[in-house]
Amino acid sequence: MNRHILTNINIGRVMIYLILLFFALIYLAPLYVMFTTSLKGIEEIRSGNLMALPVDPTFYAWAKAWSSACTGSECKGLAPYFWNSVRIVFPAVIISTIIGAFNGYSLAKWKFKGSELLFGALLFGCFIPFQVILLPMAKLLGSLGLANTVTGLVMVHVIYGVAFTTLFFRNYYVGIPTELVRAAKLDGAGFFAIFRHIFLPLSTPIFVVTIIWQFTQIWNDFLFGVVYSGSGTQPITVALNNLVNTSVGGKEYNVDMAAAIIAALPTLVVYVIAGKYFVRGLTAGAVKG
Amino acid sequence: MFNFLEKNLPKIVLAPTTIVMIVCMYGFIVWTGLLSLTKSRMMPQWEFVGLDQYVRLFNNPRWHVAVDNLFIFLILFILIALVLGLLLAIFLDQKIRNEGVIRTIYLYPMAISFIVTGTAWKWILNPGLGIEKLVNDLGFVGFEFRWLVESDMAIYTIVIAAVWQSSGFVMALFLAGLRGVDDNLTKAAKIDGASTIRLYWHIILPLMRPVFFSAIVILTHIAIKSFDLVQALTGGGPGYSSDLPANFMYTYSFNRAQIGVGAASAMIMLFGVLAVLIPYLYSELREKKT
Repeated sequence: MNRHILTNINIGRVMIYLILLFFALIYLAPLYVMFTTSLKGIEEIRSGNLMALPVDPTFYAWAKAWSSACTGSECKGLAPYFWNSVRIVFPAVIISTIIGAFNGYSLAKWKFKGSELLFGALLFGCFIPFQVILLPMAKLLGSLGLANTVTGLVMVHVIYGVAFTTLFFRNYYVGIPTELVRAAKLDGAGFFAIFRHIFLPLSTPIFVVTIIWQFTQIWNDFLFGVVYSGSGTQPITVALNNLVNTSVGGKEYNVDMAAAIIAALPTLVVYVIAGKYFVRGLTAGAVKG
Repeated sequence: MFNFLEKNLPKIVLAPTTIVMIVCMYGFIVWTGLLSLTKSRMMPQWEFVGLDQYVRLFNNPRWHVAVDNLFIFLILFILIALVLGLLLAIFLDQKIRNEGVIRTIYLYPMAISFIVTGTAWKWILNPGLGIEKLVNDLGFVGFEFRWLVESDMAIYTIVIAAVWQSSGFVMALFLAGLRGVDDNLTKAAKIDGASTIRLYWHIILPLMRPVFFSAIVILTHIAIKSFDLVQALTGGGPGYSSDLPANFMYTYSFNRAQIGVGAASAMIMLFGVLAVLIPYLYSELREKKT
């Protein structure tokens, strides 16, 4: 009987599972390497190999990466830059999401002459290579007195994030029946009342998607961070890159890896908790409307 | 008065975004375009010199290396990510147990920044202590793997890291596409006796055309913007052998005080994106109409 079942299991299916498993291991390997390396002492790193488990796990590298590793001439670890990123991300995400919600609502349900053109023009903003706006934006930030400030970075992230947040909300709201708007209008409800009483209660999923998308984008940003921040206001990605490229007194790969995990942790946690929404944002943000 | 306000609220709501968009997107593009026609070096200087900066750009061997690298990177990155993403999606679409877990594993690199990815792979590919040592320890003593420090191979390390980061995303795109295929279609084909391979090759793959299209556009976009990955993984080195145009633009604009050349390179990047984007949008619009 058993033998009978065994032969019935399609060899093809076993192969498929093996291949899927193999690639799962490949995708996980870098994370495994980062984590185990961060727990090893530097001697162990030199004598052992990448895949070996730490023999004598230590949190030395984590402590150093967080509070005393050198990122250029400063040696305060990643902590201050982690908080810089927090101070940049939160206002930028909240502001760009709110603006996007109202923009998307207007573009989806209050069409006027030229509103489609406006949407198209805005959509283009999702695609331009930011190199083409780097120089004039630096000039603008300078003349506003916002060069090398957290406020300046928040502003830049809001400006270039709104194209995406508007796209998300617009495409979501287009799916809500226009009859609802018409009926509410007949009842005398206005622009904001309709938004508050009809659209807002339906909007939780798209708010989650947008917030996660913006959070990930801004937390992970390097280009704006490296161009528009100064020595005290750098976001964590810039600090991580500086930390890795500073080798005062020998390279400490364990500290590099601990620092990299610290920089990746917030977005990874969001992904693990709300992966479904994360994927939805990726595909929505990517596959246009 | 109130009525006027109420009637125009949507426009009023959109006005700030419109103004900022006109200034900070289109205005800035024009600004950069004009700047690329001036002799600016350290500071913007509005003395126009025609296409001089473009001539200097295209006479610069470093720019050619960056452009060549972009093509190598684009082709390999897109090809491998597409094939891998498609295969994984097809395999995952066979009513796999624990599909959710596997999908999560394939996709998590997408949540990580290119800087972190670069840092991780820089360590994994480290000549001496990374993969090379791992394979040596397994008994293959003569094995060498030092792409990271070989100027003709460094660009391929960027491909490896970028594929690792983005192929899961391509998988997700294709999986969504495959889930949209009508079940009856596959059933009918099976009844007709079509083999699984023929089914996929002749029926399902052609249906995935739009997914291929958007995946290519997105991957191209990621590739042209790949600045941070290079910065973190190779720093553009050895020398400038693994530079991409985005790194060239950054170096010339902000480290070398040659903003005229920097602006010219940025404009070329924009034209590159447009060359991909416009046919894409055109075909999208045409498809919607028919």
